[in-house]
Amino acid sequence: MKILSKRTLLDSPVSKIVEMKILSPDIAAKARPGEFVVLMVSEQGERVPLTVVDTDQSQGSVTIIFQQAGFSTTLLGSMNIGDSLYAFVGPLGHPTEIKKYGKVILVGGGVGIAEIYPVARAMKEAGNHVTTILGARTKDMLILEQELRSASHELHVATDDGSYGRKGFTVDILRDLLVKSPYDLVYSVGPIPMMKFTALTTREFSVKTLVSLNAIMIDGTGMCGGCRVTVGNEAKFTCVDGPEFDAHQVDWAGLEKRNKVYAQKEQHACRLAAEMAKK
Amino acid sequence: MPFGSRNGEEMKEPVKIKERPAVERSATFDEVVFGYSEEEALQEASRCLQCKKPSCNDGCPVGIDVKRFIAHLAKKDYQASYLTIKEKSSFPSICGRVCPAEYQCRKACVFTKKGSPFASERAINIHFLERFVGDFGNQEGIETPAENNKEFIEKRVAVVGSGPAGLCCAGELARQGIDVTVFEGLHKTGGVLRYGIPPFRLPRNILDFEIDYLKKYNVKIVTNYIIGKTKLLDELFREGFSAIFLGLGAGIPSFLNIDGENLCNVYSANEFLTRVNLMAAFRFPEYHTPINVGKHIIIVGGGNTAMDAARVAIRLQRIHGIEPSTTVFYRRTELEMPARRLEIEHAKEEGVKFEFLVQPVAFSGDKDGSLQTLRCLRCELGEPDASGRRRPVSIKGSEFDTPCDSAIIALGLQANTMLTNTTKDLKLDKNKDIIVDPETMQTSIKGVYAGGDIVGGEGTVIEAMGMAKRAARAIAQYLKDKS
Repeated sequence: MKILSKRTLLDSPVSKIVEMKILSPDIAAKARPGEFVVLMVSEQGERVPLTVVDTDQSQGSVTIIFQQAGFSTTLLGSMNIGDSLYAFVGPLGHPTEIKKYGKVILVGGGVGIAEIYPVARAMKEAGNHVTTILGARTKDMLILEQELRSASHELHVATDDGSYGRKGFTVDILRDLLVKSPYDLVYSVGPIPMMKFTALTTREFSVKTLVSLNAIMIDGTGMCGGCRVTVGNEAKFTCVDGPEFDAHQVDWAGLEKRNKVYAQKEQHACRLAAEMAKK
Repeated sequence: MPFGSRNGEEMKEPVKIKERPAVERSATFDEVVFGYSEEEALQEASRCLQCKKPSCNDGCPVGIDVKRFIAHLAKKDYQASYLTIKEKSSFPSICGRVCPAEYQCRKACVFTKKGSPFASERAINIHFLERFVGDFGNQEGIETPAENNKEFIEKRVAVVGSGPAGLCCAGELARQGIDVTVFEGLHKTGGVLRYGIPPFRLPRNILDFEIDYLKKYNVKIVTNYIIGKTKLLDELFREGFSAIFLGLGAGIPSFLNIDGENLCNVYSANEFLTRVNLMAAFRFPEYHTPINVGKHIIIVGGGNTAMDAARVAIRLQRIHGIEPSTTVFYRRTELEMPARRLEIEHAKEEGVKFEFLVQPVAFSGDKDGSLQTLRCLRCELGEPDASGRRRPVSIKGSEFDTPCDSAIIALGLQANTMLTNTTKDLKLDKNKDIIVDPETMQTSIKGVYAGGDIVGGEGTVIEAMGMAKRAARAIAQYLKDKS
């Protein structure tokens, strides 16, 4: 559970994204694309689920990439090479079904780009034609562009402000691609609105679409049910039934609300931490 | 001290247990029941009639020789008393606190009125005596004799899960000189004893003591390790484990499957209790896991978990300075509640309210998706069902709404299939529980044994330990036969 390496992928005033390699040979030997780990920074910590981005079996390491979005991820970001996590367990969830679908589009936004990376590589290796669409607010906030370029046959970028690639959203590029030719699968990870609009768009074209959801979890093993999400009018546990689901069946509004259930508590903890840091 | 007499005049009154007063305890997680002093234990033990044909022993799921341990206790031979219990139960300090004695040994006590659904008040307080003896044994460091069986040299057994079944099996095997490794998926050991049972019923020092005790026998404990995910059963065998015990526990919480159940602040009892007991959410933000405490908390269910959740909930309200409003909604009446009577009484004393004969039909919330209201139907009791309890029948047109901003669903659990899904050849029943030979607890895979809630659904701590003991015996025999 030792941190072997740490790299800042993005450090802007509004967002900080960090990559870490964690020593965990047994998880490295087992983890497949689409699976996740649960970690704790300290004994007092929350249990935080994060997608396995990569593994290195010779080094026995598992790569995670996270955005310092709240109290626990900021704490995680403050850890350094040589420090040990309190807990690191996995791999959890079902792996992505990797096979030859034909033509696959991967849509990643924000830190979700890290999560489509292992899937892109595996899909390409399985003989699919891989088209990747990346979205970011602005050019400087785009991560892993080179990595995804080499894991894809085609790569498109959309930025909100038009500072790089096409001005607009990933879904605009997606629509253009779907209009031009048929695709067999769309796979998307990113902010909920992005995944929601991806699903709405692909539904029009009847393309099978998978999303990997980021519900709030505790154990990650099916024990608590805190991560439940409505999929096709049925309650599913993101941890043991997912984390991937049919995007056309997901109750996005419900998920978005459940993910904000501790927003106030989170702000309170962050405020306290900031005050402590000042002292 | 002479044993009690059945003659009316000489019949002694049961020795009441001392408890932390409700006002004092219900804003803390301190233990509620104090336990007997030596004097009280002796006095209570002296009430035992030492029946020629004791029925209490049969009331115990693991067959503790109740009569004998009380006899030793009454003679102040606490060590003999402790070892008598230890013959059958690994953790008397835990069982003395969490066993539903009024449905088990105490119900079988000769003082219980015939046909009573649970123990009469006059029944000997066997569980309090067990607790006294268990705590004595722990404090005095009485050790159950370890055996160093040469046959078991270099025999390794893997125990999956560190709940009651796993801990018990590990202890039994290690005591015979077997090299045992316990694998636990969570970051802390104890299983339901830690994430489920609140500290005011089972103080963490008692639990830690019992777990540390295993380490004396060189039991190795590996946390954050999920057999079935991090490593498969086949790999454990390949790495040199000769046998495996599966004490996986019951896993997946059941829900009502009604409208609005995925609204914010609708918790499963497992989630609610795990946040508080395991993750210490009641100490947020010092501990980082949050919990939302409502102004009107409703618990759905009538079992021990419902009582635990209710008693935790009302404590959280008090700790957060919220006027206590915690209500248990149950489909039947108090008589049919499967919870321990003591827990029901404690919950009432602490201010928990009860609404009987009600059936939830829908939750509704505000625009942010937060829970606001629970809609229910009133029920009446109909014919008895398979469990022998009268079936609740909802009354048409009896809908009513109750304000509710936190709900906790305590309806029991279904099998977790994380390991069983990845282990082919492991035979499961229709509930996805593991099928075992009831004598040996061996599964359909040779060398793999199972016990506790993953076998036969939700039971008690003591039942899980009973299965684990049987499995341990069979595993020891299996290892002997193998060598």
